[in-house]
Amino acid sequence: MKTLMLGNEAVARGLYEAGCCFISSYPGTPSTEITECAAKYDELYAEWAPNEKVALEAAFGASLSGKRSFCAMKHVGLNVAADPLFTISYTGVNAGLVIGVADDAGMHSSQNEQDSRHYARASKLPMLEPSDSAEALAFAKLAYELSEKFDTAVLVKMCTRVSHSQSVVETGERVLPEQKKYEKNPGKYIMMPANAKRQHPVVEARTRALTAWAETAEINRVEAGADTSLGIITSSTGYQYVKEAFGDTYPVLKLGMIWPMPEQKIKDFAASVRKLVVVEELDGFIETHCRSLGLPVSGKELFSNIGELSQNLVKEKLGGAVQTGPALDEEIPGRPPVMCAGCPHRSIFYVLKKMKLTVLGDIGCYTLGAVPPLGAIDTTICMGASVSGLHGFVKAGEEENAGKTVAVIGDSTFIHSGVTGLINIAYNESDSTVIILDNSITGMTGHQQNPTTGYNLKGDPCTKIDLEGLCHAVGIKRVRVVDPYDMEACETALREELAAKEPSVIISRRPCALLKYVKHPGPICADSEKCKGCKACMSIGCPAISMVDGKAKIDATLCVGCGVCRQLCKFDAL
Amino acid sequence: METKNIMIVGVGGQGTLLASKLLGRLLLGRGYDVKVSEVHGMSQRGGSVVTYVRWGTKVCSPIIDKGQADCILSFELLEAARYTEYLKPDGRIIVNSQQINPMPVIAGTASYPDNLVQKMEEKGIHVDALDALTLAEEAGSSRAVNLVLMGRLSTHFDFTEDEWMNAIEGSVPPKFLELNKKAFVSGRK
Repeated sequence: MKTLMLGNEAVARGLYEAGCCFISSYPGTPSTEITECAAKYDELYAEWAPNEKVALEAAFGASLSGKRSFCAMKHVGLNVAADPLFTISYTGVNAGLVIGVADDAGMHSSQNEQDSRHYARASKLPMLEPSDSAEALAFAKLAYELSEKFDTAVLVKMCTRVSHSQSVVETGERVLPEQKKYEKNPGKYIMMPANAKRQHPVVEARTRALTAWAETAEINRVEAGADTSLGIITSSTGYQYVKEAFGDTYPVLKLGMIWPMPEQKIKDFAASVRKLVVVEELDGFIETHCRSLGLPVSGKELFSNIGELSQNLVKEKLGGAVQTGPALDEEIPGRPPVMCAGCPHRSIFYVLKKMKLTVLGDIGCYTLGAVPPLGAIDTTICMGASVSGLHGFVKAGEEENAGKTVAVIGDSTFIHSGVTGLINIAYNESDSTVIILDNSITGMTGHQQNPTTGYNLKGDPCTKIDLEGLCHAVGIKRVRVVDPYDMEACETALREELAAKEPSVIISRRPCALLKYVKHPGPICADSEKCKGCKACMSIGCPAISMVDGKAKIDATLCVGCGVCRQLCKFDAL
Repeated sequence: METKNIMIVGVGGQGTLLASKLLGRLLLGRGYDVKVSEVHGMSQRGGSVVTYVRWGTKVCSPIIDKGQADCILSFELLEAARYTEYLKPDGRIIVNSQQINPMPVIAGTASYPDNLVQKMEEKGIHVDALDALTLAEEAGSSRAVNLVLMGRLSTHFDFTEDEWMNAIEGSVPPKFLELNKKAFVSGRK
């Protein structure tokens, strides 16, 4: 049946059709929907793991047990999972193991723009790179064949435009592979030095075998072009932009497997054209490979290794003409993302700013606490870095920083990799105060359950990790809970915990305002008679409040009635 | 057939994704090759959001570039003005005249430009502006702005009302079907 599917949904369909049985992932834009869509198939077991390392190790375990398994993450998640990744490369698999990783060129929702293809080469694992949803489905299935044929985990690399574009796919039936059993094999699965020394040459031989496969693989195809003055090697979205810009004008070598790459096929293609160009997003990965083959090639001297490509960009850089529509002679103000009206994070950031604290931030919706007018965050690095960084900042900074610095981290991020930092705070005794922003959901990626919510990926009730108990258990004696809507209580808690000469945790607890079960009191009405236009309510950066003719006005379609602005109004106008 | 391009732009949370889902379903039903590109995650939080809808005999790129849009369907006035460069020379803008202040305007560091419809028309752009919020409220909910705008967009296509209604039925929950159909019809006028 022909249907429109997101690239991520198509990967999920491919997993289903390939007879995948076990999926463990951690959400991360733009990879999240692969696992969410896969969870809708009853035949598949799918779960959210606490982080990507756990997810990959769980998927490996499932493969070991004889079941085809899968694990998805965003590009930075692969950094977290890199430890098992590099050694799973040595052990190989039992049943097929496929790892989905989604890059975010253009950083639509990420803290860096790393190119995951380097991981394929570094870990010596094959990587497939689909360019639309139909390929996403087909490559997910092919990945299992390769995984079992070559005894290797296989990476499927997505990117924002492939993950989040819908295109036409034709679905097939689910076919369960022949069942495998676990059999003891210490030489293959116990990676201590003696065994690993035997396995490393196996890995190198595997790469040679995969390179040979790549020479004739249908997914590395040459598309003929009438004008051989230029030949283009490309993959992923780059391929789509090239075809959009030039149609069948120039010959194209479209690589579906980005690692290992064929050698003879590339050399033959180069010999068939006058000038060779590589069109690829981010780093010059294919280009470097071409150069290593001694081929004269252009790539990054034409196209930047920063940001996304597009059809106009490809056309322009390769000598075509593009035209744009009319621009207004007007300065159009930007519209950056903002915290939602009623967001429980807003008020705590207001208090942190008011108290002039240094705030080490983390990854989640609350990163928006860095944006004016709140501007309350000092750092954002990676998952968990707020808690671990706080310890170093306080320990090394001594009196300079103790009592004046906090870490803020969301519930899901805390479980992901904040808890190990908190153990360090307890164990090495820094007078650190960590604020866990517990909004009872993984927010930024679009409301995924996590170990603190009491529900699993399928929405069934399950064990709920008790944050207070967890903090106590790792050695934090001072643990207290505040309601972030109550700013006075937040300030009191902060003053007391910052004054304490020992580690402490403040759990700022209120569910995300967008959760369906959250009942709101309803919009607040601004009294223009009482409003003096002092703009105190504007200092929280609520999108529902604006000043019209010098008076505060509340947008009733946005306001949920959280009442935080009311606490700031000295004139009883809200 | 030459590829047709519609950009759906608006403010995160306004329901632009439903509009593209509906359009995609309709176009696929007509047997076209279709690509619909969305952006999820961080930019959805009240930020400027863009969805690209492309269809034709064979569609390659998932995105629409500058100078390529046959039509921009904008859920908010400022967002229409932001993307005029994406229009083809004879391109059209259908815009909800509702204004939603972005944070720089709320924070007082920028001002919301005035007379935007007029300024766009002065550039030779065909602008079809309507108060979709009021029409949506009259149909029963301010959330139905997307269906009002789809209704207006539908007047520029040769699809029958039945085809549109089938696509709506396939894209919205049964509970909200009547409301959405009503909003759609009000936009068609």
